[in-house]
Amino acid sequence: MYRYDEFDHRFVAERVEQFRDQTLRRLNGDLSEDEFKPLRLMNGLYLQLHAYMLRVAIPYGTLNSRQMLRLADISERYDRGYGHFTTRQNIQFNWIALADAPEILAELAAVEMHAIQTSGNCIRNVTTDHWAGAAADELADPRPVAELLRQWSSLHPEFTFLPRKFKIAVTGSPHDRAATRVHDIGLRLHLNDEGERGWEVVVGGGLGRTPMIGVTVREFLPEDELLGYLEAVMRVYNLIGRRDNKYKARIKILVHELGAEAFRAEVEAEYARQTAALNGIDNAELERIAQYFAPPPFEKLPRWSPAYQSHRAGNAAFARWSRSNVAAHARDGYAIVDVSLKPEGGIPGDATARQMRAVADLAQRYSFDEVRVSHHQNLVLPHVRRDDLFAVWERLVAEGLDAANVGQAGDIIACPGLDYCSLATARSIPIAQGISRRFADLNRQADIGPLRINISGCINACGHHHVGHIGILGLEKKGVEFYQITLGGSSASEASIGTIIGPGFAGDEVPDAVEKIVTTYLALRQEGETFLAACRRLGAEPFKEALYATHH
Amino acid sequence: MASIDRGKILTASQLRGGTVVFLARNGRWSDHIHEAAVALEPVAVEALQARGREAEAANIVTGAYLVEVERRDGRVTPIHIRERIRVTGPSVRPDLALQPSPALLEA
Amino acid sequence: MPLITEDGIVADSYRRLDGADPAADLIVPLDALAEHGDHAGRLGADVPNTARLEDVLPYLDRLDLISLPFPAFTDGRAYSLARQIRQAGFSGELRATGNLLPDQLQAMAQVGFSAFEVTDRFHPEVWLRALSRMSVSYQTPGTSARHVWQERALARHRLQGYSASAR
Repeated sequence: MYRYDEFDHRFVAERVEQFRDQTLRRLNGDLSEDEFKPLRLMNGLYLQLHAYMLRVAIPYGTLNSRQMLRLADISERYDRGYGHFTTRQNIQFNWIALADAPEILAELAAVEMHAIQTSGNCIRNVTTDHWAGAAADELADPRPVAELLRQWSSLHPEFTFLPRKFKIAVTGSPHDRAATRVHDIGLRLHLNDEGERGWEVVVGGGLGRTPMIGVTVREFLPEDELLGYLEAVMRVYNLIGRRDNKYKARIKILVHELGAEAFRAEVEAEYARQTAALNGIDNAELERIAQYFAPPPFEKLPRWSPAYQSHRAGNAAFARWSRSNVAAHARDGYAIVDVSLKPEGGIPGDATARQMRAVADLAQRYSFDEVRVSHHQNLVLPHVRRDDLFAVWERLVAEGLDAANVGQAGDIIACPGLDYCSLATARSIPIAQGISRRFADLNRQADIGPLRINISGCINACGHHHVGHIGILGLEKKGVEFYQITLGGSSASEASIGTIIGPGFAGDEVPDAVEKIVTTYLALRQEGETFLAACRRLGAEPFKEALYATHH
Repeated sequence: MASIDRGKILTASQLRGGTVVFLARNGRWSDHIHEAAVALEPVAVEALQARGREAEAANIVTGAYLVEVERRDGRVTPIHIRERIRVTGPSVRPDLALQPSPALLEA
Repeated sequence: MPLITEDGIVADSYRRLDGADPAADLIVPLDALAEHGDHAGRLGADVPNTARLEDVLPYLDRLDLISLPFPAFTDGRAYSLARQIRQAGFSGELRATGNLLPDQLQAMAQVGFSAFEVTDRFHPEVWLRALSRMSVSYQTPGTSARHVWQERALARHRLQGYSASAR
């Protein structure tokens, strides 16, 4: 993975000093809150319901054990002993003091981490496939480009005060595990008819108040034109994106209001105007970065691991876990391990300091010192020898990280909601817990098959409920929380926004409602048909009937 | 007979620490909601807000705002669930409870 | 208003007043430029940050100065306009006005601003120091920051040069 050189070190160190100075000026009143707020947001520090919240960047969801250990350490010394992994591959600490923030950033910088631009109207963490560099279906590892974009977007002088936040996602696989079609810019690597590699550039996807699937602005952009083209997109947005209404300021609104054709024309006109300012320096830099992402020194192993197979045969719990949490690796004899942060009845995405340390240890011993964070709020050990899977699982069991539910009903994605977030209208975590308990039976989860349940505690949709197979949106009327259910959303390659199926439910009615939906699916599904496929085939009617025919 | 009032208190976040505080009857900022000064009349409400603006200008707190509460036998409870959670801490982490009154959530 | 440039605090020779001395340096609104076609002194334009490049392009040859506003410091449109104006070949003074904070000056310099109308709110030294706050940058080289990618490329070429000459 990427390693800082002297320039990267100097950059974060100076940034830390700049923020330290800004914080001092705020504390002594030289800066007002209005002036300080955009500056502290650019360093990932929010004022939330209970305290300041610090969102630390985990660039493209990749970190090593040293970094994970530092996060564990920070959680104990500056927070309440835990952190929350987010739907954008970052980590959040909820109990931070402003006065401590500069020191925390300094400690992060020492392990090549930062919280730069994890908030604010600027380019946020560039996210990618959590199986990058390991998945068998990958055309190429997207992380070198993600790292290039990270540097390119860091304190970009032109794009620091955009109309609104800006999120970019990159996939190097035709199976989109990075939700690129619901990002402000989504990039998909693919081959043209001549077999050359290039990018599909999708612009204007997004969730929130007005969910939209992005528009393909360029079907095939040659690799070496990427940064120039992205600058053109950003410049058009910065110049003519709406600034009159915070809720209409994302690029998706601009694309929608101009229309795809007119938007594309603006971008192409701007792109044509560009002088060769970068002179190939960006491509030289990409080559340099790519060297850090050379594959680890894999052993030459047979595809079949007798040890692994024997453990599966002898241990039902291990077998079950291996079916849901272990995925195929590009290399023979290796596997990708998804570590579930969704224990039964637990808080989705939360990990204690102890759990973080355990994962760091496992990464070091068994995964070439690499961990990933997925936007489903789980962790990944990307390169585990099949021979070692049983040992890894045993350790996960000891740490409460063994929930065998990845991609299934228990693997619920939920934003922090009203329990933590000052923007929320309703709580999301108790809803997740209720559903998790209702579907605790792992055999039942396995029988149901792939099922994405996403919960957002407000219309800002940080829980990505619009792209849940079952989406749940927390609302509020007269101080009472209630929940609206959507069906049939997806963030994968055939992305879709879920449709609202009817009036909302009280919090304690939601697990029943989800159960009715699942039961309906099980009754009507065809041989081998997944929940999502059944939704698309059947439409909302059968589910509406099941939910509302005798309801109220 | 129990005395029940409905009024407003002023809450804010400590600038340095970020923790939730309430403007208390003695004019200081307290992290105990039951010490909060409850304003029952518009004049008193305006006075609370003025104190809040002063404290913000003095860089002691930030983000001061009014919260509707009920005061019953000297115990102050916010009306809205969001404000109750802000007082007690996350409902899903009673171990982190800021004020030992989980009953506030059922109010 | 003090005027900051790379060279420090300088005297501002430009005026925005009507009925000014015909030989003086004058800044007028963009849409009034046509009336001052024969101005003898140096000529500058106040360009709104909602302008498009096409609005400014016809005048670039004749202008000695372009002034772009930041109505709120969170309104970042002028950063892109500045970039476009420089890319179109403008080499005169590009001036930032409006709600500026020291924390932004270096970024403004990087996108092409060469002068800043600042307020008395901060000591001139604070403004000047802000121009070189960061010594490294990943983007367009500014007045003071080293361009990280360029430096890396240069370092590689030097290394290659050493190894080539060592053979």
